[in-house]
Amino acid sequence: MRGVSPPGLLFLILGAALLAAPFMTLAANRIVAGQPFTIWALALWPATAGLAVGLLLGLSRNAWPRLAGGLVGLGCLLWLLSFGAGALLADARQYARTSPALGFWGMLAIFALLIADALTQLRPGPALRGALLAAAVAGLAGVLWSGWLADLSIAQEYASRARPFWTACLRHLQLALGSLAVAVIIAFPLGILCHRQPGLRRLTLPLLSFLQTIPSLAMFGIMIPVLSWVAMTVPGAREAGIAGIGFAPAFVALVLYSLLPVVGNTVAALDAVPPATAEAARGMGLSNAQRLWQVELPLGLPVLLAGVRIVMVQNIGLAVIAGLIGGGGFGSFVFQGLNQTATDLILLGALPTVAMALIAAIVMDILVDIARPIPESAR
Amino acid sequence: MTAARFMRAGLVLLLLAMVLRPVWFTPLLAPFAPAGGPVLYERSPLWSLTLGHLGLVLVASLAATIVAVGLAIFVTRPAGAAFLPLSRTVTNIGQTFPPVAVLALAVPALGFGSGPTLVALFLYGLLPIFDNAVTGLRTLPPVTIEAARGIGMSPRQRLISVELPLALPVILTGVRLSVVIALGTATIGSTVAARTLGEVIIAGLLTNNTAFVLQGGIITGLIAVLIYDAMILLQNRLARTRDA
Repeated sequence: MRGVSPPGLLFLILGAALLAAPFMTLAANRIVAGQPFTIWALALWPATAGLAVGLLLGLSRNAWPRLAGGLVGLGCLLWLLSFGAGALLADARQYARTSPALGFWGMLAIFALLIADALTQLRPGPALRGALLAAAVAGLAGVLWSGWLADLSIAQEYASRARPFWTACLRHLQLALGSLAVAVIIAFPLGILCHRQPGLRRLTLPLLSFLQTIPSLAMFGIMIPVLSWVAMTVPGAREAGIAGIGFAPAFVALVLYSLLPVVGNTVAALDAVPPATAEAARGMGLSNAQRLWQVELPLGLPVLLAGVRIVMVQNIGLAVIAGLIGGGGFGSFVFQGLNQTATDLILLGALPTVAMALIAAIVMDILVDIARPIPESAR
Repeated sequence: MTAARFMRAGLVLLLLAMVLRPVWFTPLLAPFAPAGGPVLYERSPLWSLTLGHLGLVLVASLAATIVAVGLAIFVTRPAGAAFLPLSRTVTNIGQTFPPVAVLALAVPALGFGSGPTLVALFLYGLLPIFDNAVTGLRTLPPVTIEAARGIGMSPRQRLISVELPLALPVILTGVRLSVVIALGTATIGSTVAARTLGEVIIAGLLTNNTAFVLQGGIITGLIAVLIYDAMILLQNRLARTRDA
């Protein structure tokens, strides 16, 4: 057993077990539960063999074969899915829907983890990671664009609402990133003030962390009467599109949630500047403002960006709740889907949200790495 | 200190009154109700929704704590060390998954009701606890571990009477994060028919009744803030008894 990676062995056992699980389902329409088909029922032997090869390559202790195994497995999974969707629909009635099932999702998780694990071990630099992310996104877009998976139920769900989908996507980004921008404008100076005035810090940070604990649905709800009051009393607010429900309360709730990580990390970044460095800067005759911009902020940049990363990922997730108060975004698909018990509509909202959060996390991790004055590998 | 204590007691009383005697708040909430509409949520008693909500969070967080700490102990022993990098990757990726998306994805797999909410709360709750427990167990002062070994403690004794107590504050921070997320996600659980306080807010949103939204929102907000505060107090007390 010395030459075998234990996680690889675990993946092999799980993967073998998943071969017996339903790989896809075929349903008479978009609402009813589907009839399961295993991977054996699809009888696409080369691809099934490819899955086995991928799992076996995962046993290696070396990262490169594991990476190759993950990629081979992922390719074969897509092949099976595309072929299976066509084959199942070929002799089904009109309105029939076919969807991936437990076997597919489980295998997808295994091969994705195999790739992620191998990449963690290979430690690519920021530039290479950026290129890999771009390649992965382009690959995913290519597969979706090519119509390879157009027979799947979720693709048909998309086809019937392509325009609302992109509106929701744009709205989701506006909510998540717009509130982040506003929060940075407020929280960044506040963090600098908190760093300089310990009294203000003792008041601000606990207050913001209590704000952070309020359940999101409650926060979004409480914003409704607050903003309808603003719309009624502040002149011009209603003309500016501010109303009790919709975009405005969701946006304000997201801004409030974003404050703590940005303020907290700004304070932490400035605190972390070595006292000797700050002293040297003062000795050179730099003014307060010069010290801040030329010494403290460049040194604290990775910690600052880490705060932005937390907020970005958190806001992309929380923006889903906006769907409940008419604020739009992918959440509207999720909650419509839950109301209609239409699984694929739920997925049409949830999967892009997950993808968006993952991409944001990877991009921000790369930026944090670039901002680090001394690369971690050189320490 | 006393001011904080007074405020805490006041908030607890306010919460109890809102849950047990909702009628007292009719005059305050009435302006927010639609004309002629109901002011107080009466479809199910608030205390039972509160108990359902807290029960769901308690069961999920307890199970998540046991499993996550167990897994963290496993990957920090020599036998499980091979799984440490993979488990880090899983927690890093898992924590970028939005809690709401986890909840929504649990429904196709498990159907509606409290079941998927419980599973989503449990799965999501694992991540911060595991993350913190691994950090806590891996950043112990080497001198202490060496001393424990030197006085002839077995690995099991070392784990139970040295490593876990030392890692406890970091583990508790993870539990606190996890409980706060669980309280919030349980609120959204009512969109998949779990019986939680979110039901009151959702009912208010569906019928344009801001009084319901406020009633449910203030109760869940108070519960979350008070539980968070209680856990910080517990942590501080533990830190003080240890330093003493």
